[in-house]
Formats: sequence, structure tokens, C-alpha cells
Amino acid sequence: MITATGLRKSYGDKVVLDGIDLSIPEGTIFSLLGPNGAGKTTTVQILSTLIPADGGTATIAGHDLARRTDDVRDAIGVTGQYSAVDKLLTGEENLLLIADLKHLSRRDGRKKTAELLERFDLVDAANKPAGAYSGGMQRRLDIAMTLVGDPRLIFLDEPTTGLDPRSRRGMWQMVRELVRDGVTIFLTTQYLEEADELADRIALLDHGKLIAEGTAEELKRLIPGGHILLTFTDTGSLDAARFALGAGVPDPDALTLQVPGDGSVRSVRDLLNRLDERGVAVAEMSVHTPDLDDVFLTLTGQKTETTA
Amino acid sequence: MSTLTLAARDSSTMVRRQLKRMIRYPSMTVMLVAMPVVFLLLFVYVFGGTLGAGIGGGPYVNYVTPGILLMAVLSAATGTAVSVAMDMTEGIVARFRTMRIARGSILAGHVVGSVIQQFLCMGVVLAVALAIGFRPNATPVEWVAVAGLMGVFSLAMTWLSVALGVKAPNVESASNAPMPLILLPFLGSGFVPTDSMPTVLRWFAEYQPFTPIMETLRGLLMGQPIGNSAIIAVAWCAGIGVLSYIWAKRLFNRS
Repeated sequence: MITATGLRKSYGDKVVLDGIDLSIPEGTIFSLLGPNGAGKTTTVQILSTLIPADGGTATIAGHDLARRTDDVRDAIGVTGQYSAVDKLLTGEENLLLIADLKHLSRRDGRKKTAELLERFDLVDAANKPAGAYSGGMQRRLDIAMTLVGDPRLIFLDEPTTGLDPRSRRGMWQMVRELVRDGVTIFLTTQYLEEADELADRIALLDHGKLIAEGTAEELKRLIPGGHILLTFTDTGSLDAARFALGAGVPDPDALTLQVPGDGSVRSVRDLLNRLDERGVAVAEMSVHTPDLDDVFLTLTGQKTETTA
Repeated sequence: MSTLTLAARDSSTMVRRQLKRMIRYPSMTVMLVAMPVVFLLLFVYVFGGTLGAGIGGGPYVNYVTPGILLMAVLSAATGTAVSVAMDMTEGIVARFRTMRIARGSILAGHVVGSVIQQFLCMGVVLAVALAIGFRPNATPVEWVAVAGLMGVFSLAMTWLSVALGVKAPNVESASNAPMPLILLPFLGSGFVPTDSMPTVLRWFAEYQPFTPIMETLRGLLMGQPIGNSAIIAVAWCAGIGVLSYIWAKRLFNRS
């Protein structure tokens, strides 16, 4: 759905994007994750035809971004970081406006508007000006407006920034429903939890470069910090296990032993075999892989250290 | 759809948007109309006695109305700058720009909507002026000429305020930017004849663009000689209009 090679963008001396390559298959959720100022919004602006790239090429929904801009525009929907609703108009008028601009017939426009008001739970507020909506409602209207033309690819630039936890959950639910209908989603976020929750693939962007890409699981395996936590019924077993493994941090009060490990099946089997050989009884075992927070801090932290 | 029909269709959608906004936010229009009406009443009833006696030749309302008509346009133009700046600072223009619509339609909607609003303001000012004793003696043809001149003036001021609105970093500065324009009728022949002013000011007042416009209006409405004012007035409007149009377009495409 999106293929991009070597996207670059600078503002004056400041390099915002320094050669970005992307490949996003149809019907998936792709998340671009990064701190403020990493270049997430710039990437969205380029891919959504808002600004031209200084270098690189991209094909979106089968159309060349630079040469067939209008065809790209027909295929995409964009929900930016800032609310893109007309606050003076009512929710219904906002949707009808977009239907007109998408060149739908009057009848289709009305039908689509009614359908979207229903779907986004805005029927009661349809005749109130959007400026009077709550943050969550405005965001829902914003997304509804993005969906008017039935886009096959939707850009969501930090869709849940500034939303309360309940509205955030609602937004996640909606994103999942969209993908179920076959839509491709390009999502930027600064919340690791969000990328972990939603995305099929995640790319980490830092200082205008992609520093890692993969599924959440793949990314988590990229860095050390995983461990296996063993729980015992008495201190005797705990000490025996520690002796058998020759490693690990014991916690005598909790009767646990924390053994470093990458969490792979092989290392776990290996560990359990050694305990079996010595006849050490384990009450419980859990495998902890690092979460995305660990990945992100490790990767971006290292980066700042090497560049500093 | 051809490019031209597309442009016409998108522009009319954008004009409808502006008209709806006006209906949804009537207090803005009321405020924009109130400004020139208050000036009219202030100048006719508070200063009018003395000023009218000094100028001579009929009631002061006959002298001051053309200047107030210009203020009606300028007042509404302030609203345009604010409305454009609101669009630019919020995300809606970004949304429009990622859609397959005629680029020019966004500003075209503002301009047409604003000209309609300005004529509304002028209509109200004219009605109030007539109610308090304004007695023009223009023929139907002269009225058409008045409307035409106000039309080109209105277009010029609208494009200028659109440019100021696009250029403004926020809504507040957009509402301040057109303010100096409101002073121009005062520093011209809007309220007193220019020959009553000290030399430097008189020189400015006689050559600034608003004076020939007000002189032409006065001539058309009150049957006074116009001289070459009409040509100068139209030339100023066309010049300001075209330059502002180019400036606004360039700013808009760059932002």
C-alpha cells in the first residue's frame, strides 16, 4: 500500500528526515513511533501529499506520490494532529461539506453522513456546532470526516494525544474495526502502549532516521533485559536452584529467583532440564520479555550516547 | 470532471461553507456591522453639528456617508482576515489540502463570502443613513456605478485582508493587521475636506487611495463634480486588488 525509498526533508540546515524507507502491506496497521521532534509528523505530511519531499520516491495505493498526487489524494484520508473540523459548523454540516468536496452526489452525501453520525455516536450532537463538542467527540467527528470518501489508506497522526483513557480505548476499538474492513492504517504515536496494542508492524523513528523496524515481539527481542522468574515453596529449593544454575538474583522473602535469559524456548527448556537433573521443585515460572519501553529507551539512549 | 467544472463546484461548496459560518456565528456579522453604524451615529449626532456648520452645504450626514460606507467594507474585511487566520491555524486547511479539490477554491470561498458580507454591511449602513436624513440624488445609473465601485473596492480590500490573514501567525494578530486601514478614511476626505488640513497631512490625504474613492462616491451620490477621481479610484482598487491577490496566493501556496 505504501512503498517509500530514501525520503528526505530539511528545513534550512535542520535535517528532519534523513532517508526513510518504508514498506507497508495492504490491510495492516503500521505504527511510526518516536519522541517529539523525531520527524513523525513530517513523514505523514509528505506521504499524505501535504508537503513535497526533498528527495526519495514513494508509491501510495499504486500511484507515484510526486507525479500522480491527485490519484493519491483520492485513495487516502488524513486525520492530523490538530483538529481539522470547522468549529462553527455543526457536526452534520461538517460531514456534508466533506461529502461535497469528495464530489459525492447529494443523495450519497446525505446517506454517508447519516451512516457516519450513527457509527460515531454523534446523532444527538449532529445539529450542535462542533466547537461545543468535547475533545473526544471532536476527534470522533474528525475521523468520521476522514472516512467520508471511503479511503483505502488512512493516516492518523497522534490520534489519541490529549484524549482521556476512555476515549483512547474507544479510538483503538475504532482503528481495529477499520482494519477489519480492509483499510490500511498508518499511525504515529508517542505512546508505546498504543503501538504495542494496535500495530502489526512498528518502526522506531529518532532524529529523522528509522532505528528499528519489526513486529512488537521482534523489537522486544532486539534488546537484553528479558528474564525468567522462578518461584519456590521454601528457601531450601531456592538455594538448591541457585546452586544448580550458578546464576540469578534470589529474593528470599518472596522465594523467587530471577534468572537472566532471552525467553526463547530453547533457553527455558535448558534451564528446566538442569533443575530436573538436580531434582529441584519449582512452584511457578514466568517468562518476562522486555516491553517496548525498554526497547525504546535502550535504542534511543544508545543513539544519543554515540552521537554525543 | 474537467478542471474548470471541478473548480466551479469546489468554489461554490466553499462559498456555501462561508455563508453557513456567517449564519452559525451571527454575532460576528453583527459586530462588524455595528462598527460603521456607531461611527455614523457618532459623527452625525455628536460631531455633525459643528463639522456640518464648518463644511457648509447641507446636512453633515450627506457628507460623511461615503466615508462610512468605506468603513463598513474595512470592518467586514477585518472579519475576513480573522476568519482566514482561523482556518490557517486550525487543521481544516490541511485537511482540504490532502483532498482532490481545486486549490483556489479555499480562498475563493473566503473572498466571495466576504464580499457578500461587506455588501450586507453597506446595506445596513445605507439604510441607517437614509433613516437619519441622508438624501442622495443619484440616478439609477449612478447607483449602479456606486455599486460597481464599491464592488471593486470590496474585492481589493478582501484580497488584502485574505493575504494579511494568511500571513498572520495567529488569530489575534490577524484581527489587528487591517486596523491601520480603518484610519485611512479619517486621513482623507472622509470626514472633513482635505483643504482644511495642515500641509503635510493634506498632501497625504489628497494622494492616498481612499480619497478619490470617497470623492467619486460623493460625486455619484450627491451629484457633485467627480473630475478624474473615478479613474484614479478604479486604478487604485485594481492595483491593490491584483497585488494583494498575487501576494495572498503566494503566501497560501508557501504555507
